[in-house]
Amino acid sequence: MCLAIPVQVKELLPDDMAKVTLDGVSKIVSTALVDDVKVGDYVVLHVGYALAKIDPEEAERTLALIREAAMGDAA
Amino acid sequence: MKYIDEYRDGSLAKDVARQITALADPARSYHFMEFCGGHTHAISRYGLEDLLPANVRMIHGPGCPVCVLPIGRIDAAIALAMRPEITLCTYGDLMRVPGSNGSSLLKAKAAGADIRMVYSTLDALQIGEAEPDREVVFFAIGFETTTPTTALALKAAIARGLGNFSIFCNHVLTPAAIQNILESPDVRKLGTIKIDGFIGPAHVSTVIGTEPYEFFAEEFRKPVVVAGFEPLDVIQAILMLVRQVSDGRHEVENQYIRAVTALGNEKAQAEVANFFELRESFEWRGLGEVPYGALRLRPQYAAYDAEKRFSMVTPAAKDNPACECGAILRGVKKPADCKLFGTVCTPDTPMGSCMVSSEGACAAHWAYGRFREKVRQVDARRAVA
Ligand code: SF4
Repeated sequence: MCLAIPVQVKELLPDDMAKVTLDGVSKIVSTALVDDVKVGDYVVLHVGYALAKIDPEEAERTLALIREAAMGDAA
Repeated sequence: MKYIDEYRDGSLAKDVARQITALADPARSYHFMEFCGGHTHAISRYGLEDLLPANVRMIHGPGCPVCVLPIGRIDAAIALAMRPEITLCTYGDLMRVPGSNGSSLLKAKAAGADIRMVYSTLDALQIGEAEPDREVVFFAIGFETTTPTTALALKAAIARGLGNFSIFCNHVLTPAAIQNILESPDVRKLGTIKIDGFIGPAHVSTVIGTEPYEFFAEEFRKPVVVAGFEPLDVIQAILMLVRQVSDGRHEVENQYIRAVTALGNEKAQAEVANFFELRESFEWRGLGEVPYGALRLRPQYAAYDAEKRFSMVTPAAKDNPACECGAILRGVKKPADCKLFGTVCTPDTPMGSCMVSSEGACAAHWAYGRFREKVRQVDARRAVA
């Protein structure tokens, strides 16, 4: 029920709406809850609304941390 | 798919799990509760429990808004939908949730009630606009993730002067539920379960941030790691929890930094605060009355509040006494402990709420877990033969 998915913004539309795609499927959603959405941004989409932007640098950092953890800095 | 596939790398997950094994003290056990159904689903689906050492165990918490909706609220919605002037709009997840005596919205629809499945509050608004002669009621449900989308629908309905649109509000709050899990009297009645830390909600936290969980870390001395829903997110969060326990720390950490900040989405919070206020108490299925566990519309929006507008009553309704959802939602029992599991109760014929949503503990175990258990049993038999 609270599941949301990352989708990419392809086009900004009037009234805080945007066209987004996921795996080639496009959808019109509301961006009214998130400021400064730009074409090319990834947003977390939940029941027709963008809830947050995905920060590409933090996403990379998380993966780097996971790789580090996998190599055993934990031990 | 970007931001999905890279967090599903199985061999990386195995490596992280090996580090968990290396770090976990073999002389003790670790019990972590994942609050969200999304995590429960990921853990079952990707078999994460099989990767973990035997002394690190996951407890499936209450975290699915559909699963915690009490039967009386479903009965109230069905009664409303049966009225000839009403069009009830609902998310698909709610259609099969069992009400009293085997009823459900799906059955009510088959019996002629005007019930429409919507994907978004925007669809419900559209129905309201397109059909001004109908009373369109949106059956609003969800945690903090979903509440802002209801708030915006209300805002739009007011702005457009939609007099035939109202909301049956069932929005619930996660911090209140976590507190209830840790300290309610029922916990003692059902038998306490040891919890060493929590995996905190991902998408709830995109809205409310990580800050509301600081209280648990401080007050109950439990570590909380807010984590994403992909398997690598979950396994990293478990490693972070084990690390906190071995360091003797109890802090709120954020694994899902790519979408969650400490303060969350303040714009969304402001919209919610404009339209909603706390209910002093609200029944959660499985948890009982949770103080300040839910929201209702502010009194100035009574005209848009279906409960007031249609004088709705929530009948007291009892769950099937054999259903163990209550104990499962608190992490005291597992789905397989329920006598009805897989016999009377299946996703096609759910008896309790845990079986309805794919994020419920019983449904997740039905879809993925029971096969793994079979495999394990066969392996074990082979091993002793
Ligand atoms: S198996 Fe069905 S009846 Fe048993 S606890 Fe789960 S949902 Fe309830």
